[in-house]
Amino acid sequence: MSVAVENIPSKFEVLDSSLESQMTLSMGPQHPSTHGVLRLELQLDGEMVVRTIPDIGYLHTGMEKLFEYKKYQQGIVITDRMDYLNPLGNNLAYVMAAEKLLDLEIPDRAQIIRVMMCELQRIASHMVWLGTHALDIGAMSAFFYCFRQREKILNLIEACSGGRMTPSYFRIGGIMMDLPAGFERRVNQFLDDFPAAMEMLETLVSGNTIWQSRTKGIGVITADEAIDWGLTGPSLRGSGVNLDLRKHNPYSGYETYDFDVPVESDGDVWARFRVRMREMYESYKIIRQTLERIKPGPIKADAPKIVLPDRDDMRTHMDSLIHHFLIVAEGFNVPEGEVYHAIEASKGELGVYMKSNGGPKPERVHFRGPSFVNLSALPVMCEGEMIADVVAIIGSLDIVLGEIDR
Amino acid sequence: MAESTILLEYVEKLKAENAGWITDFKDARGEVTITVPRQAIVDVCWVLKTKYDFNMLADLCGADKGPEDDPRFEVNYHLFSTKHYNRLRLKVLLSEDEPNVLSVVSVWKTANWHERETYDLFGIIFDNHPDLRRILLPSDFDGHALRKDYPLRGYEPYSLS
Amino acid sequence: MGLENAIFDSLPDVVTVKLDAVVNWARKSSLWPATFGLACCAIEMMNSVSARNDLSRFGAETFRASPRQADVMIVSGRVSRKMAPVLRRIYDQMPEPKWVISMGACATSGGVFDNYAIVQGVDKIVPVDVYIPGCPPRPEMLIHAIMMLQEKVMNESVKDRLDTFEAESRQSFVPGTLPVTEGTALERETEIEVADRQTSRPYTVPSRHEKRRSS
Repeated sequence: MSVAVENIPSKFEVLDSSLESQMTLSMGPQHPSTHGVLRLELQLDGEMVVRTIPDIGYLHTGMEKLFEYKKYQQGIVITDRMDYLNPLGNNLAYVMAAEKLLDLEIPDRAQIIRVMMCELQRIASHMVWLGTHALDIGAMSAFFYCFRQREKILNLIEACSGGRMTPSYFRIGGIMMDLPAGFERRVNQFLDDFPAAMEMLETLVSGNTIWQSRTKGIGVITADEAIDWGLTGPSLRGSGVNLDLRKHNPYSGYETYDFDVPVESDGDVWARFRVRMREMYESYKIIRQTLERIKPGPIKADAPKIVLPDRDDMRTHMDSLIHHFLIVAEGFNVPEGEVYHAIEASKGELGVYMKSNGGPKPERVHFRGPSFVNLSALPVMCEGEMIADVVAIIGSLDIVLGEIDR
Repeated sequence: MAESTILLEYVEKLKAENAGWITDFKDARGEVTITVPRQAIVDVCWVLKTKYDFNMLADLCGADKGPEDDPRFEVNYHLFSTKHYNRLRLKVLLSEDEPNVLSVVSVWKTANWHERETYDLFGIIFDNHPDLRRILLPSDFDGHALRKDYPLRGYEPYSLS
Repeated sequence: MGLENAIFDSLPDVVTVKLDAVVNWARKSSLWPATFGLACCAIEMMNSVSARNDLSRFGAETFRASPRQADVMIVSGRVSRKMAPVLRRIYDQMPEPKWVISMGACATSGGVFDNYAIVQGVDKIVPVDVYIPGCPPRPEMLIHAIMMLQEKVMNESVKDRLDTFEAESRQSFVPGTLPVTEGTALERETEIEVADRQTSRPYTVPSRHEKRRSS
């Protein structure tokens, strides 16, 4: 509950039916501050929000049904468009679930490159979060600084995979193509400039007293409630719960890297903001470590029936050509079974439930989107706050409607 | 695979509580799946949450095997423990004539939206859910989109011109 | 500055010019977009506004949140069936002159998503002036589209873009636009009315797409 609002009704006074003094306002699907097409029905008593009911589905794309009609490797392209700020994370979750079903062993170089690209993507996603969050609260210049940094990362991702925002860089069994020449030098250049850029953002945003008074004490959620509502990721770590799947359910070699997990205990917008800012530094550390340990080697698993062969091999060897043709035309049969794999995406626990019935197309793919679950806790955080604070709370939850609506 | 021995202990403990709670269990790829009859799901979830620290419901999703299979639907509950960092899957099998299962909203509040989504896309009805209505599809949508007999492209294209 | 010094001495005090030229020049140089970012293309639109590719050089200085103050609606992202009436309503709320840019493959034709949930092309709902392919299109492509729209604006006639009262505009048929739909009544009725009037489109016959293989 915010300290500045007087006459806050206690939880027992929130009524189920609206009084005459209360107004229902639809913070509609087209709104500059809702981070996408989200509709919030706010029941207001003056400026204070009595109850808020999110209404989602305005971006429902039927992706889960599309997966059932596409082969496993064709589905990677669709995962890009889910959480469109963190497409490499979505790719990774899907690809690792398929690899779990297939029991594939991924070579080291591929794993290191995956970690590096995911952490770069995490920084890019947090840059968008910071830019839009600041823009909503009113600090517009942070938006431009953040997007400038993000452009550098998008150029790096584009150099690897050809796509800025929809890279589809990972494949089942490894990655699509090896890193281009000079890539490590470019990443080093970016990393050398990064601390200075972060310091600029810190002075611009964190040191600003207006920012602090607009974010401290707003949208508090306690640790037990957060776990009950299924919050994960930085939104949960801002409430004091030390849970990071990179540490506690590690995947893709994360257990070998040395990084901290930032945790803050207040549970308000300021705490979640601090967690994400510190996470960017941790990602920076991880990327430095990946650059130190990267070595030449194979980038795809040794499974000729699943992984596409090299182009040169395909043009000269008959069996590679046959394998290439069969993989592209018919797909590979995945053994029957079901698997749930969760990774730590930039917004929380991104889980993929994949069920196979033995054919080339999955029977059911379900994505547990972290923003979907984080948004369900929004009514709890918004009770008793004012409308302007609702904007700050939505920004601190870092929701992406593509992931919510799938 | 070492973790699945810890998880299999949960199977034994649940069997010790009430043998009727577990109809089947499977251990594959490091994950343990327990099939629970649909009347018992809330009791099993309470026990797992209170006694065995599975305090987070990571995911609740439905699956459809197709109109010819019986039981047709299944509901998967993915449980996670923030203290021991274990995962467990519970499965409830439902047939088409009675796609009802008790809601676990009383156990974990996060099940609210997940169950609404499963109802929306499959038509599985969760009894005792406080607010079971469509969440992703438009409220006047006809049919349940993720069922196998619903066509991919739908029935009518949308056009205002 | 040098140009003005050179020209203004040789020109008379009163200059006769075509009304179309002046008005269209003013309109094209300050096309203010309405924020209609839906999905991934919205982020690329934000990228094209930010410092590296600066859209405000071309006149698109501010993105107005209220459609009543906007000139062009850049539909960026996939339009789902639930969002389609909202899109139409925002378009209707924009006063003339208004243009629509359909950004990205999903807005142009449904894109990657050929299924029950996505409207296959936003031109089934609003009239589109410029289509941009790409998934997502690069910011430079959006800038190119704005420039193409500016060319189109220069070639229009002022008489085509008259704003009318709402009651009149429901029946009128301004070239390049669709009749205004019922704004205050239930959208559901309007959809059904529209569907009833379309007797020439046999929904029972499977379209060419349904006969295609699914992958």
